[in-house]
Amino acid sequence: MGSLQLRSVRKSFGATEVLHDIDLDVADGEFVIFVGPSGCGKSTLLRIIAGLEDSSGGEVLIDGQKVDNVPPAKRGIAMVFQTYALYPHLTVKDNMALGLRQAKTPTEEIETRVAAASNMLSLDDYLKRRPAQLSGGQRQRVAIGRAIVREPKLFLFDEPLSNLDAALRVNTRLEIARLHRELKATMIYVTHDQVEAMTLADKIVVMNAGRIEQIGSPMELYNNPANLFVAGFIGSPQMNFLPAEALGFAGAKTIGVRPEHLNLSPEKGDWKGKVVHVEHLGADTNIYVETEKADTITVRTFGEVHQAPDSVLFVSADPKHVYRFDEAGKVIR
Amino acid sequence: MSKATHSPARSIAAHAVLLTYTLIALFPVFVIVINSFKSRKAIFSSPLGLPGPETFSLIGYETVMKRGDFPLYFQNSLIVTVVSLFFVLLFGAMAAFALSEYRFKGNTLMGLYLALGIMIPIRLGTVAILQIMVASGLVNTLTALILVYTAQALPLSIFILSEFMRTVSDDLKNAGRIDGLSEYKIFFTLVLPLVRPAMATVAVFTMIPIWNDLWFPLIIAPSEATKTVTLGAQMFIGQFQTDWNGVLSALALAIVPVLVLYLIFSRQLIRGITSGAVK
Ligand SMILES: Nc1ncnc2c1ncn2[C@@H]1O[C@H](COP(=O)(O)OP(=O)(O)O)[C@@H](O)[C@H]1O
Ligand SMILES: [Mg+2]
Repeated sequence: MGSLQLRSVRKSFGATEVLHDIDLDVADGEFVIFVGPSGCGKSTLLRIIAGLEDSSGGEVLIDGQKVDNVPPAKRGIAMVFQTYALYPHLTVKDNMALGLRQAKTPTEEIETRVAAASNMLSLDDYLKRRPAQLSGGQRQRVAIGRAIVREPKLFLFDEPLSNLDAALRVNTRLEIARLHRELKATMIYVTHDQVEAMTLADKIVVMNAGRIEQIGSPMELYNNPANLFVAGFIGSPQMNFLPAEALGFAGAKTIGVRPEHLNLSPEKGDWKGKVVHVEHLGADTNIYVETEKADTITVRTFGEVHQAPDSVLFVSADPKHVYRFDEAGKVIR
Repeated sequence: MSKATHSPARSIAAHAVLLTYTLIALFPVFVIVINSFKSRKAIFSSPLGLPGPETFSLIGYETVMKRGDFPLYFQNSLIVTVVSLFFVLLFGAMAAFALSEYRFKGNTLMGLYLALGIMIPIRLGTVAILQIMVASGLVNTLTALILVYTAQALPLSIFILSEFMRTVSDDLKNAGRIDGLSEYKIFFTLVLPLVRPAMATVAVFTMIPIWNDLWFPLIIAPSEATKTVTLGAQMFIGQFQTDWNGVLSALALAIVPVLVLYLIFSRQLIRGITSGAVK
């Protein structure tokens, strides 16, 4: 019902190339998340898929059909924006119905679809209101409703949670996950937040500076990052990167160990160091240790752990979980 | 509005300044209106006196009604102002939308070209304009005036409106595109309502110079049938003798339509500001 292929899609704004040869396959019903730092070209790519921006090269196929010359309204897509982008002069109901009216859908059909969407999103009480009379979370639900009624082949989300506060963000995230299960629709979702990506995605596309760094399921990216960028981007706190030579690892430039794969011991271990700072997060405790041979290392311990600053400790890594990277930053397997 | 920051002293001072300004701004209007209701002798003996039982006279208004066809002049002025205003707002907004929304070759150059008119007074081209009007047979028509005034006001309105249009959310326009709205629908139903305050500002700035203009009516449309109010009022001003009653009454009447138009736009302006865009 809704697959997507990108074939070496490129985009330049004037002389600056912001997307380089993007290739991607999205299967029907998949929840795919583009994640990457701000300015890496995620929104531009999404807008190219939507047809709101022309690509400078390559092809976009939706359901196997080339859509490069198809206007956005005819591509069978729906989009939810970070700023909600509701029509200020229309009621909630008309906001949701506008696209269908433009497509000359019969009135009864519009009524049933809007009713179903508003029921699904608990918007029944607000149908007659204007967007200005709604809270941020309600507005975003209306925007999602506007996408649902179109019954698109492809849902596109551009950082839909960024303008919401923390509590609402978690709720709306759960709501989107539930929608994906219920609608079984293909969804493409852009975010710069790796937690959102890890929690929602079937498949994550990690982007950096206009290139795809790696594609994989959340756990694949966590367990087998392809390079330094992905290793550093996925996981929190960030993976420790240490100079290999100083620590006596042959045949690698950098080694990486996640904070949760390090052990602390007062007597013996690989690297000696002293505690510089301790962060208590409740369930976890992050301990920053300045080692003699390398820089500061972050160690994540579980539960409540007390360490006095300046106390001397030994840090050792679980060899199974040590990643080695070559000169170019690629992982050595 | 935060009330906490307004101490009574500051608010009194602010009001005093604003009231003084209002008085200064309204004074000439006030003088015109009171004198238009006085006899000629009273205008000269006490120009600032209010019309009393002895000095009250409608002679000026009678002159205005008798001499010349003032209802026609009013109609001409209104047609010229309203139609020019319509075209300025329509074309100005459309050009501004194109400049701010679409990336095309020569976009910046086109913007500069359109803004050039802000710096060059259109009156410098009077001779050429007159020649064009003569050649195209438009002399002594309201169309000539409308064309000139539209051209005169477009540069500034494009400049102001395109700045405002840039502030309209891209997401909103894109949402419209995905829902299948045409670019015209996006422009008229989504963008225009959001820039209404700017449109009202442009309307006020455009309207007043057009209504008050004497230069172009005198040069390209001086015929009896196309006279505007300002031109019509000139006939009371002679080289040797001026009918001040007539002049003042004509001017007092000329204030009314501008006032009405201004009230319409300023209400739009306030409504535009208070309704606010939905982010
Ligand atoms: N209309 C545009 N004109 C010029 N450069 C643009 C335009 N839109 C985006 N860019 C540039 O393209 C790059 C990618 O932008 P974007 O796709 O919005 O990034 P992201 O969504 O990942 O934060 C940025 O460097 C940005 O400056
Ligand atoms: Mg973005």
